[in-house]
Amino acid sequence: MIDVDIEKSFPARRGEADASSRRIVAKFKSDARIIALFGKSGSGKTTIVNAIAGLVTPDRGRIAIDHEVLFDSSGALNRSVESRGIGYVFQDGLLFPHLTVKQNLLYGANRAFAGRSSVPVEQVTELLGIDKLLSRASPTLSGGEKQRVAIGRALLSNPRVLLMDEPLASLDAARRAETLRLIERVRDELGVRIIYVSHSIGEVTRLADDVAILNEGHVIACDHTETIFNRADLRPFTGRYEGGALIEATAVAHDHEYFLTRFSFEGGDVVAPGLEVPLGSRVRLRIRARDVTLATERPRGISIRNILTGSIVSMDDRGGAIVEVIVRIGSRDMPSRISRQSRDELQLTTGQQVYLLVKAIAFDKRSMGYTA
Amino acid sequence: MLTAEEIEIVSLSLRVAMASVILSAPLALACAYLLARTDFFGKSVFDALLHLPLVLPPVVIGYALLLLFGTQGPMGRLLNDGFGITFAFRWTGAALAAAVMGFPLMVRAMRLSLEAVSPKLEMAARTLGASRIRVFLTITLPLALPGVVVGLLLAFARSLGEFGATITFVSNIPGETQTLPLAIYGLTQTPGGDAAILRLCAISVALSLISLIASEWIARRMQTRAQLSGGGALA
Repeated sequence: MIDVDIEKSFPARRGEADASSRRIVAKFKSDARIIALFGKSGSGKTTIVNAIAGLVTPDRGRIAIDHEVLFDSSGALNRSVESRGIGYVFQDGLLFPHLTVKQNLLYGANRAFAGRSSVPVEQVTELLGIDKLLSRASPTLSGGEKQRVAIGRALLSNPRVLLMDEPLASLDAARRAETLRLIERVRDELGVRIIYVSHSIGEVTRLADDVAILNEGHVIACDHTETIFNRADLRPFTGRYEGGALIEATAVAHDHEYFLTRFSFEGGDVVAPGLEVPLGSRVRLRIRARDVTLATERPRGISIRNILTGSIVSMDDRGGAIVEVIVRIGSRDMPSRISRQSRDELQLTTGQQVYLLVKAIAFDKRSMGYTA
Repeated sequence: MLTAEEIEIVSLSLRVAMASVILSAPLALACAYLLARTDFFGKSVFDALLHLPLVLPPVVIGYALLLLFGTQGPMGRLLNDGFGITFAFRWTGAALAAAVMGFPLMVRAMRLSLEAVSPKLEMAARTLGASRIRVFLTITLPLALPGVVVGLLLAFARSLGEFGATITFVSNIPGETQTLPLAIYGLTQTPGGDAAILRLCAISVALSLISLIASEWIARRMQTRAQLSGGGALA
C-alpha cells in the first residue's frame, strides 16, 4: 500500500510572468502494481515522486509504504534518501558517466532490505537485454540502452517501490514500444511495484492499474484506470483531443488471414489489429471520441468493421463547432465527438437509438497493454 | 650544469611549493565544495575573503602572517608551545605563505569543476542507497578530478613564484627560506651578480614552463577521458 498525503508550497519565482506561488496538494492511496501519476507537464508530478524518494521535503503531511512511514511532519520523521529503499528511474537515465554499465548496475546492488530477497543480477540483465553491454562505457550507449540500464540499476538496488519519471520521454517510437513491453515484464516477472509518471494517455492506459490525476498541483482523483478514464467529470483532464472511452476486453479470436483480432466486452464485440495479444488475455482498448462516428440507421457498403448500438445519454453542446455526444452501450458510456452541424442535420435527441461506427484500425495500439 | 648552491635553491623551492600544495589541498577542496554545493548565510563574504590574497598586496599578507604566526603571534605561540611547529624564519613559513597566496587559485579551479558535476547524478546515487560521503567519493570527486588536479598544479606553479608574502614573513635566509625568486632578488642587490641572475632566471623559466606544460597535458588527458565517458566540463 502506497499512502501519500502531502502539501508543499513553492514561493513564486522572481521574474516569472505568473507571480502566484505554486502549491502541491497530493493525497492518494493505492495498492496497485502500477500506479500512474497523470497530468500535464508542470502539474507537479515530478515533485510528488521526488517527495516519495526524499529528494524534496514536503511542508506537511505523511508518506508511508506498506505501513512503514518514510515521512511524517507531525512526528517530525524524515527518512534520508538513501535509507528509503525507493528505486528511481529518471527521465534522462542519469547513468554515472565515469563508470561502465556493470559498475552502474552494481552501484546500489549491495543495499539489502530486511525481508526482501534480492533479484539475481543475471535475471535482470537478461530480462532487460543488457547482458551484452556490461563492459561498455555508459556514455557510449544509445538512448534506449541507457534507459534499460537505468531500470536495471534501480531494480538491482532492491527497492520496495520503483519510481519512473517519464522514462520514455527521450526515446523514439520504436524504443518506446520496446521499453513499455520491458516495463510490463518487470511488473509481471519480478513483481516490482511501480509509480509511473507520465503525460501520455497511451502509456498510462496501457500500464497503470490505478491512476492519480493531477491538475495544477492538486491530485483531483485517484481510482482504477478504467474508472478514471470513463468518468465524465474528469474528461477535461483526461485529454480533450485524446479523450475517449477505455474498455477492458478479452481477446477471443485471431484472424490470421487479415491480421485482425476479435475482442469481447459486455457491450459487444469489436475487431482490431492485435495478433500479438494471446487469446484469452485481458486488454484495455482505448477509443478516442473523435474516432467514433454516429449514424441513425445501420449503414451498408461501408469500410467500417465495428458497428455498435446504443442510446444517447447526453450531449455537451458548448456552441462551438464540436458537440460531444455520450452514448450508452450496455452499462458503459462511450463519448463521440461530432460537428454541431451533423448533430442538427441528424436531429439527434437524448434517448435516441444510434449506431456507433469505429474503424478497426482506429484503436490506439500503443495503449493496448495486456497481462501475460 | 648547476652549482651546489643552485641545486639547494631549486630543491628548496620545490619542497616549499610541494608542501604548500599538500597543506592547502584538503582545505581548498572543502571550501570549494561548500561554495559549489551549499548555501549559507554570509556565503558571499566567505567567498570574498577567500579571494583576498588574489587582490591584496602580497606584502600585506606577509605582514599579517608575521603578526599571526610569528614567534610572538597568537597562532605562532600556540603551534610552537603545543605542537613544536615553528613558521617564523623557517622553510615551513615559506610554504605557509605560498599556500595562502595560491589558495584562491586552487579553490577556484576546484569549485568550477565541482559545479560542473550535475547534482542530479548525486541524487541518483543517493536513491541507490549511497550516503553523502560515498556519493562524494564515488561520483562527485571522480567526475571533478580534472579540475581538481588543475587546481593543484596552478597552486604549485604559483608557489614557485611566490615572493612578496614570503620575504615579508620569513625573510631571505639562504638554505632556509631563500627560494628562487628570493635568491634572484638577493643577487640583484649585490654588484656583479648578473651572470648568476641570468642562470637562475633561466631555471625559473624552465620550472614554470614544465609545470604549466604538465598541467596542460594532464588536463587534456583527463578531459579526453572525461569526454569519452561524457564527464563534466573542465575548469
